[in-house]
Amino acid sequence: MTEMTMVKAINAGLRRAMADDPKVVVMGEDVGRLGGVFRITDGLLDEFGAARVIDTPLAESGIMGTAVGLALRGYRPVVEIQFDGFVYPAFDQIVCQVAKLHYRTRGNVKMPITIRIPWAGGVGAAEHHSESPEAYFVHTSGLRVIAVSNPQDAYVMLRQAIASDDPVVYFEPKRLYHQKGEVDLDVDLADAPPMGLARVAREGSDVTLLTYGSQVTTALDAAIAAEDEGVSIEVIDLRSLSPVDYRTVTASVRKTGRVVVTHEAAKEAGVGAELVASVTERCFHYLEAPPQRVTGHDIPYPPAKLEKYHIPDLDRILDAVDRVLDKPNSLTGLEEWRTAETGRAGVGGGVL
Amino acid sequence: MAHTLTTPDLAVGVDDVARLLTPDGERIADPDLGRWVADVDHELLRGLYRDMVLVRRIDTEGIALQRQGQVGLWAPCQGQEAVQVGTARALRADDFAFPSYREIGVNFVRGAKPADFVIAWRGEEHSTFNPYDINTATPQIIIGAQTLHAVGYAMGIQRDGADQVAATYFGDGATSQGDVNEAMIFASSFRAPVVFVCSNNQYAISEPVTVQAKYPIAGRAPGFGIPSVRIDGNDVLASLAAMRWAIDHARSGKGPAYIEAVTYRIGPHTTSDDPTRYRSKDEVERWKQRDPIARVEALLRAEGAFDDEFAASVASDADELGAKVREATLTATSREPIGVLDHVYEEPHTGLQEQRREFGAYLAGFEASEEASR
Ligand SMILES: Cc1ncc(C[n+]2csc(CCOP(=O)(O)OP(=O)(O)O)c2C)c(N)n1
Repeated sequence: MTEMTMVKAINAGLRRAMADDPKVVVMGEDVGRLGGVFRITDGLLDEFGAARVIDTPLAESGIMGTAVGLALRGYRPVVEIQFDGFVYPAFDQIVCQVAKLHYRTRGNVKMPITIRIPWAGGVGAAEHHSESPEAYFVHTSGLRVIAVSNPQDAYVMLRQAIASDDPVVYFEPKRLYHQKGEVDLDVDLADAPPMGLARVAREGSDVTLLTYGSQVTTALDAAIAAEDEGVSIEVIDLRSLSPVDYRTVTASVRKTGRVVVTHEAAKEAGVGAELVASVTERCFHYLEAPPQRVTGHDIPYPPAKLEKYHIPDLDRILDAVDRVLDKPNSLTGLEEWRTAETGRAGVGGGVL
Repeated sequence: MAHTLTTPDLAVGVDDVARLLTPDGERIADPDLGRWVADVDHELLRGLYRDMVLVRRIDTEGIALQRQGQVGLWAPCQGQEAVQVGTARALRADDFAFPSYREIGVNFVRGAKPADFVIAWRGEEHSTFNPYDINTATPQIIIGAQTLHAVGYAMGIQRDGADQVAATYFGDGATSQGDVNEAMIFASSFRAPVVFVCSNNQYAISEPVTVQAKYPIAGRAPGFGIPSVRIDGNDVLASLAAMRWAIDHARSGKGPAYIEAVTYRIGPHTTSDDPTRYRSKDEVERWKQRDPIARVEALLRAEGAFDDEFAASVASDADELGAKVREATLTATSREPIGVLDHVYEEPHTGLQEQRREFGAYLAGFEASEEASR
């Protein structure tokens, strides 16, 4: 075991995957000489050369499209999208090509592409540098979607993602990049839990708190704070958003009967909506209260000085915990307004 | 107007450019560009000098403010003042500019106020100025996106039968984006009155221009049916002349025109960047010798049009502007928490109204408990 940051763990994972398999190539903007803007690819160019660590033109669709061609040719591209907000120019290639080629060719073509995305907010960044686009990818069949929350998972799951013959969108929370944790660099992939298994990050008995990636740390803090008030929260780090490990999730919900989901992405049609729907389908008769979502607001990501009001914090999570426990909370008394007001003012006088 | 493009290794060639002012500040003739600045006298030159000094001052102030934690990030423009100021000065107030995040000089010339340079980088707003106030679009961070906006705007000008032009600014890296190439196709197909200004500052963050282009960037435009010119971007006169040519071309209904300004970014890509990882001190020093401001000063001095009094007045203007930029930063105030929900829609949106109500009640809970504890 070695203590290291997530940045170093991902770097180590890349290095190991490249050493193990000469077909693994790393590509993206500034990944070579600079070592990436977050230094994730630091040292790889020196070690593996420019044929395997490719500084690409500044064109995300071009990067993703050529990765498709490399994969067709038997390579295993690991693509770095420099920041979450810059994946959109590549969206067409990811959704129409990367995700579908295997299906279109009835399995004849594999797309072992790993798409690494430095992700989400909380670091005071400029516009387009704090997006949470995970739901777009979860909605796209043919992709696996991973969101890591600690150095050990980052290291293991990156290697698993690269080894996978499916395309994997691999989200790295920028906010946790420099948090340290123990990493077992010698872990044998054959023995590691498969990519996609959820992790019970903290056991509890009253409420199941489902979360992933950047919010895991906040969720754990909330669980500690709740304990002081006599509430026992079980925190589940989903790790995989597609597919979701519902076995772990439902086992917890059946135990606690209460569910709160938290993520930084906006609420509407977000991953939380999917989780709540699926949990309700599977555990309806076990639920003691309507599941609650604590998410970013349904707004474009705000300027840095206001992001603290957007990203769910410990208090907003505890507020939702109070709701599922039917304790006084910020929504108490608002139900009346909700039913009265929703259904009045609308665009063009229509009822919305 | 197409400057000679011959061998394919010219993408990095920095001297195969049209210029009117040598790096030593000597005024020279250029058969194509010269006539566009025949009217430029000492007064106009001194104005360009002053603009560039003020822009550099905004830049140094911005860097200092970032180092002091007052703004989150800064994208320096030192070394690129000539192309920014020279081209922007050729625009009419009713033309419309579409800059990237680095075009401090363009925004300055267009009339941006001190706060406009810092508030967005401070993270208070995504955009401070109202684009229609200074006919300049909000600085763009998504590489290349603004080029398409400029073409669309130009198509609107066309439909209105107006004689304005749109101008768009972008870097060498941006030329790799699909958007920029699509913008050129649209502009050419529709003969849109738009001017493309590529500031080739040699790097896209760490990647040298050769990662984006093996052939001079200006050489691409003719392939789209767009005439182009490759100029010395550290020469404010050449920048002004080329832009006057390009604008005249667009304004007179002949369609788009393209300028590649060969220049250099002296500082880091942004204050988060470490340029020592990808370029040598020598290279930076060599480019410092081509400083766009020193070049004009040398010319003005040689012609006896630069004296202590002028230097002092420019310096005091710069001090004053620097102080205003600093003050705008230090006196900035953040919006109320509920403000995160503002301006998402123009018309009421019941879903968001509900979230506003919920978040408002949630925030009120803190106020109530604060009051109770008083
Ligand atoms: C679509 C997109 N991809 C990546 C980035 C990250 N990024 C910001 S600036 C930059 C380099 C831009 O280089 P260039 O176009 O030459 O302009 P310069 O910064 O040199 O003025 C990159 C890669 C971005 N902002 N947008």
